[in-house]
Amino acid sequence: MHNNYVYIRIPSLSVNESFARAAVAAFCSSLNPTMNEISDIKTSVSEAVTNAVVHAYEDEIGEIEIQCRIKGQVVEIIVEDFGCGIADVEKAREPLFTTKPELERSGMGFSVMESFMDELVILSEKDVGTKVILRKKINEKKQKSLNEEIDVSEDEE
Amino acid sequence: MNIQFIETGQVLTIKLKGELDHHSADTARVLIDEKIKNEKYNKLVIDLKGLDFIDSSGIGFVIGRYKVIRKRKGVIEIVNAGKKVRKILDMSGIGKIIKIK
Repeated sequence: MHNNYVYIRIPSLSVNESFARAAVAAFCSSLNPTMNEISDIKTSVSEAVTNAVVHAYEDEIGEIEIQCRIKGQVVEIIVEDFGCGIADVEKAREPLFTTKPELERSGMGFSVMESFMDELVILSEKDVGTKVILRKKINEKKQKSLNEEIDVSEDEE
Repeated sequence: MNIQFIETGQVLTIKLKGELDHHSADTARVLIDEKIKNEKYNKLVIDLKGLDFIDSSGIGFVIGRYKVIRKRKGVIEIVNAGKKVRKILDMSGIGKIIKIK
């Protein structure tokens, strides 16, 4: 089976935050995730895209690229911007750290991504951009039980 | 995002419906702060029954309103948070400063 993927490129407008998370969630639905897994993915994508909207492009609109790949049971989501970069990635990962408290930023974005996904990688370079890589394994169990249910109903016929 | 206000004396209940993210929080902030400028309110009840989605921007938004109402010695309370919303609220530790019912 071929590995499935999708690329989405959007301007860094805040109105696109809900589109981005809904699009990624819809793409992942082929893995038959649970409501909890979908909710975790949606929230993490929202955090990554919002970071790009708020921090990457100071007072201007740039582009955000979202790549989503399914590799077996693992979903890999890359949210990339081509903006100012993160000055100190280690600092940015600290819970409650924010460079924009005046905008009511909670400083929890990376903490949320870290706890809701299996893996979080942040690559950033000043004035080049930031790449956030998120990975999560979708549990296979539910799919098996669904197949079993289908088998049973076919037997009955 | 849909916002509904219910006044009961000095208590203002704010019902949030839909998705509370960075984009919708910007709109909600303006509407709610305009409403609570009226100093008669000493208690804010944020009803999340109809909320399907919240992320850390939503948490920042709630803490922001807490700061506004605390300045005049008022209190704030969160009610009816569903399971998904509750997960983020619990993770944020917001329960230490705001009562969650």
